[in-house]
Amino acid sequence: MLTQNETNPHLFLAVFIAVAIVFALTPLLIARLWAKLFSPQKRGPIKNSTYECGLDKQAIGWVQFKAEYYLYAIIFLVFDVEILFLLPFAAVFKQLSIGAVVAMLVFVLLLVEGLAWACLKGLLKWRQS
Amino acid sequence: MIDETLRNELKRQGVFTTNLAELYNWGRKNSLWPLQFGLACCAIEMIAASMARFDISRFGAEVFRPSPRQADLMIVAGTVTKKMAPQVVRLYNQMPEPKYVIAMGACAISGGPFKQGYNVLKGIDRYIPVDIHIPGCPPRPEALLHALMALQKKIESDKLRGGGRPRHLDPEQPSEFPVPECGAHDLVPTKNHTLWNPKPILRKS
Repeated sequence: MLTQNETNPHLFLAVFIAVAIVFALTPLLIARLWAKLFSPQKRGPIKNSTYECGLDKQAIGWVQFKAEYYLYAIIFLVFDVEILFLLPFAAVFKQLSIGAVVAMLVFVLLLVEGLAWACLKGLLKWRQS
Repeated sequence: MIDETLRNELKRQGVFTTNLAELYNWGRKNSLWPLQFGLACCAIEMIAASMARFDISRFGAEVFRPSPRQADLMIVAGTVTKKMAPQVVRLYNQMPEPKYVIAMGACAISGGPFKQGYNVLKGIDRYIPVDIHIPGCPPRPEALLHALMALQKKIESDKLRGGGRPRHLDPEQPSEFPVPECGAHDLVPTKNHTLWNPKPILRKS
């Protein structure tokens, strides 16, 4: 229970939040008020257009991308992760205990398994659609 | 409004008085951000003006913006070909208010040495409102600084309300101007008649 003289210890947080909101909103409100009183907003189709290079937009961005690119990106990850671990593995190969080597081989096998699976599925062949 | 003599008297005593319009114009005239684009050789002089020797940042205009959405001032520095003119007008249209245009060099104001050429626009003021024209081929950086100072003087005398207020404060005045298109032989239209109405040349027969 709080006595008469003590204030809530979280009161300063509320004060900080209130000051932060007022501090942020005041310039925005002044700018809005200034625009209303003196400087009218002038929007337009060219001003609001997408590009800022002086050229108009051409065609549309809603085109289909080939899903094959996605598969290649996934398979690339196999080699990417493998090389990341194989280089330090090779550097300290002679000092490693037998347990560490087995663990590493299991890890490499898991990745190779993924590659073999992709290869059997025929994903490494580029198909022209 | 404060009386002018009283104001001068106060100034002599070290008391500075101002009003909202003056404060507003003072802020605007000292932070004219130019759009970063050059069309031809005048751009080299514009670049020289922004370097240490001529130092355009003394006037608060060194912040060359690569986007029209952040720029206040368009320095049309160089020959405007008819192929480039639509892009220049579109960039001007995309600048937010208040916006100003300095046509720098003989080409930008009239076509210059290429005036007789089939592919050169005879002055960008046919399509967008130009505030300051600088002659010269190319103008020296000092001329660009002089144009900037002239523009600052112009901004200084802008009124906030009532008649004679600048374009950007008047809701009736447009902020976008029609973008010309490349036609079969020339730009269509060849000029914007609301902006460009030279007096006809009278020749004595």
